[in-house]
Amino acid sequence: MKFQKRLLRAEPNFQILTKLWQVNWLYVLLICALAVVGYGALYSAGGGTSRPFAGPQSIRFCFGVVMMLGISLMSPGILVRMAWPLYIFSLILLVAVLRMGHVGKGAERWLMLGGLQVQPSELAKIALVLMLAAWFHKISYRRMGNPLFLLPPAIMVLVPVALVLKEPNLGTAVIIGTVGASMFFAAGMRLWQIALLILPVPFLAKVAYSHLHDYQKARVTTFLHPESDPLGAGYNIIQSKIALGSGGMWGQGYLHGTQGQLNFLPEKQTDFIFTMIAEEWGYVGGVTVIGMLLLLVFGGMLIAIRSRNQFGRLLGLGISVNFFLYCAVNLSMVMGAIPVGGVPLPLISYGGSAMLMVMFGFGLLMSAWVHRNDTFGETVENRD
Amino acid sequence: MKFRKKKSGNRLMSRPEEGKNPSRGVFTRRALVLMAAQGAVLGALGERLYGLQVLNGSHYAKLAENNRLSKRFFAPPRGRITDRFGISVASNRINWRALLLAEETTDIAGTLERFGQLVPLEARDLTRIEHELRHKRRFIPVMLRDFLSWDDMARLELNMPSLPGVLIDVGTTRVYPFGPLLAHVVGYVAPPAEKDVVHNAELALPGMRVGRSGIEQTQDGSLRGQVGSVEMEVNAVGRVMAELDRDEGLAGDEIALTIDSGLQQQVLGHIADQSASAVVMDCRNGEVLAMVSNPSFDPSLFDSGVSQAQWIEWTNNSQTPLINKAVSGLYPPGSTFKPAVAMAALRAGTLSPSDRISCPGYIDVGGTRFHCWSRYGHGSINLRQGLKYSCDVFFYEVARRTGMDAIAATSELFGLGAHLPEIELPHVRQGLIPTPTWRRKHGHHWNGGDTIVSGIGQGFVQVTPLQLATYASRIATGRDVQPHLIRSVAGRMAALTDLGHASGMDMPDQFFEDIRAGMFAVVNEEGGTAPKARLDIPGVQMAGKTGSAQVRRVSRAMRESGHFNSANLPWEYRPHALFICYAPYDAPRYATAVVIEHGNAGADVAAPLARDIMTDTLRRDPVNHREPPGQEVAQAEVD
Repeated sequence: MKFQKRLLRAEPNFQILTKLWQVNWLYVLLICALAVVGYGALYSAGGGTSRPFAGPQSIRFCFGVVMMLGISLMSPGILVRMAWPLYIFSLILLVAVLRMGHVGKGAERWLMLGGLQVQPSELAKIALVLMLAAWFHKISYRRMGNPLFLLPPAIMVLVPVALVLKEPNLGTAVIIGTVGASMFFAAGMRLWQIALLILPVPFLAKVAYSHLHDYQKARVTTFLHPESDPLGAGYNIIQSKIALGSGGMWGQGYLHGTQGQLNFLPEKQTDFIFTMIAEEWGYVGGVTVIGMLLLLVFGGMLIAIRSRNQFGRLLGLGISVNFFLYCAVNLSMVMGAIPVGGVPLPLISYGGSAMLMVMFGFGLLMSAWVHRNDTFGETVENRD
Repeated sequence: MKFRKKKSGNRLMSRPEEGKNPSRGVFTRRALVLMAAQGAVLGALGERLYGLQVLNGSHYAKLAENNRLSKRFFAPPRGRITDRFGISVASNRINWRALLLAEETTDIAGTLERFGQLVPLEARDLTRIEHELRHKRRFIPVMLRDFLSWDDMARLELNMPSLPGVLIDVGTTRVYPFGPLLAHVVGYVAPPAEKDVVHNAELALPGMRVGRSGIEQTQDGSLRGQVGSVEMEVNAVGRVMAELDRDEGLAGDEIALTIDSGLQQQVLGHIADQSASAVVMDCRNGEVLAMVSNPSFDPSLFDSGVSQAQWIEWTNNSQTPLINKAVSGLYPPGSTFKPAVAMAALRAGTLSPSDRISCPGYIDVGGTRFHCWSRYGHGSINLRQGLKYSCDVFFYEVARRTGMDAIAATSELFGLGAHLPEIELPHVRQGLIPTPTWRRKHGHHWNGGDTIVSGIGQGFVQVTPLQLATYASRIATGRDVQPHLIRSVAGRMAALTDLGHASGMDMPDQFFEDIRAGMFAVVNEEGGTAPKARLDIPGVQMAGKTGSAQVRRVSRAMRESGHFNSANLPWEYRPHALFICYAPYDAPRYATAVVIEHGNAGADVAAPLARDIMTDTLRRDPVNHREPPGQEVAQAEVD
């Protein structure tokens, strides 16, 4: 630490380069590889041109990489100080999107911000991860046993979950809740506390179902019986399964997937991009993509474990779990394993807001890696 | 700290140090639990993907093909019909149509309005278009107007920018260059009715037509051809993306008729505006060279739909323009029946050519008096004179001697009241030669008088003009010729065209000679009933027989009033005028039958008409030409 502080005073530029050198380039390479897969898939979804999807998306990705590297240089201290303002800002956006958001498919999700389409729920997730990491960073393992110390972070989770549910975006609300829960779990929440929380869940689920919107209920019912409404709500699931199945082991060939190219596949450039990949590249291609995603998730988790401060650990874990949930929900959705919800496949699906937020998350993860050995502001007990 | 940093700085994971900070140990354990869960979830998804793509891949691949492929059929061009020289009598004309593709315009009403200003749309069209727009999917074009003229097309093309969604498309429509002239023979086509489509789904294709009359109806199968198909790749909304496989189908067969359209035209010219029919046959092989039924109708009207007013006009017309009188018109043959009666008597042995029968102007049979057409009688006459003078009493007596069963048997051999199996027309009527058996079957007693009346072709006897022409041909050649209308199908000559095809009839040649001599006398000898039928061609003579068939019994009061004249009757009560003939007498080529409805006297009206027709036929001599008569001359002039 002292050595580094000396460097900071004498040659600050050199310190930036040192930090950049510390970035886990292997991990960045993996991110870029997935982005390349995404570029190829969007090129195909655009009918063999880069114009509608692939081109703009690659520009966003490049911007995202720069942003990621920039964030990775920020020290945990700065990030902790950013947590509160960012969290409050994201809550304001969530309220704003409820008030004047743009309607997309029966739900208010989009907000136009200076010509940019912004999905506040994406930002809220990252902000929440930062908030929880910052909170638990200061809580010793002993205090974790005291429910009083769990109450504020629980509120931090529930406020955005409630706002997102109101949008109404069930899928994202569940993801936010699960990310929060996994951080509680990893932060050392006692098992008896967890058991106490899980027991009433079935009852709550029943109450929640009765408050779902009709279109959300329709998703649940068509998930259970997709063939009951083949041209309505079940159409997406059926067409997605047909397209996946017609890919076979080796696929129909790049740019030659009939279902995707002939538009039988709905929303092929966003939610159903994985179906398109698996149709054209077959099971081999699909499993490769799943494998790459798993590598990113595991890599993130290992970066978290490797960190020597609670903030970095929880930050890395939150980002990784968030990324994992995105992938798992999207893949389950396109394979007809869970009801359809507008959850894109990170790094691959077309969409600027999601791409920037994913790269923002990876920036935080990289920061945790670069500053894995830092210690700051912990309670004495929490010091390694 | 420094030491630890060095040691583990580049390791992804350092061993958690238990004891010092419980948080880190708990975190590591629980993070590993989460990783296991994540791995399990993604692994399960990979396994599910395996099930979908590899295990059930073929099932979904089939569903995907069903999604993607669409087979569409299209109507083949209908076969052409030509006359014997290859002149088109029914062909396909390109039909320019304006279509509206609803998905390509946002303002259908505006497009329709602007279209209507350029090419007028009737109220009937507009309701149909509205109906189709509501019921068809948006990418299926709706027909706005067909049969566009060049002017219409030019106006539309010029204004295309203001007509979004309007397409100009080409289809075919059936045309009949000779119109009414050959309407009865060729027939017409119409769009298929719903019940046709039930039996044959191919007919639902746009552009498919069904033959509704004439050759078009009876040869519908070979004219229609084979349906072509295109297998196409369609996208999710059903629009065609690519053509994968194409089967052109087969155009319908071209059919050449035996008709000589030029002769047909000349025959119609002679008939002019009389309600009449005439048949000209090659009496050696039964080819029908001309078959005219007047008045006629325009066959092309049926393709686009006949208006109510037109239909009422046709069906209310007492001269029945829609009916082909040559095969569907039934007439008492009158005196033209006499040669058949004579043949029956000769065969039965009840009359020999030299037998003489006395005609006092009437005969009494069973208490009823039957009059000869001549009030003064013909004296004692033989068969030849009986035919020449068309003496009624002679044939009353012959019929009485011979009996109706023998007469019916012989006349059916001549084709009278008989089914003609080879004539390729629909609605062919058989007519009737009455017999006591037939009469009994209908619950009536056969009187002796019935035989007497039938002996001169009156009473219940009914035949068609085509049967009369066949009858004349068989008398002329002594052969069992079968009338037919098709000369070749798709270039293959019909078997019946062969001259030696017809077999001889089971009647002695001598009997034929006696009857032919009588018919020769009718036309060519002094005192014959048809001197007006004499041909004005040197060295060529014609044999014939007149007939006047009463449609209403002449009452005694009228007859005895002394100044009875059937020409004074209302048109529909006047007798039909008939004439049958063949020529040249010594080497028969052509036979003709003429029936003029309510034409009064066969000798005065039908005989000159038959003479004119026969003269033209002999001059054209269509059976000896490869090309239409007159065409060689025209070519020679060009050379």
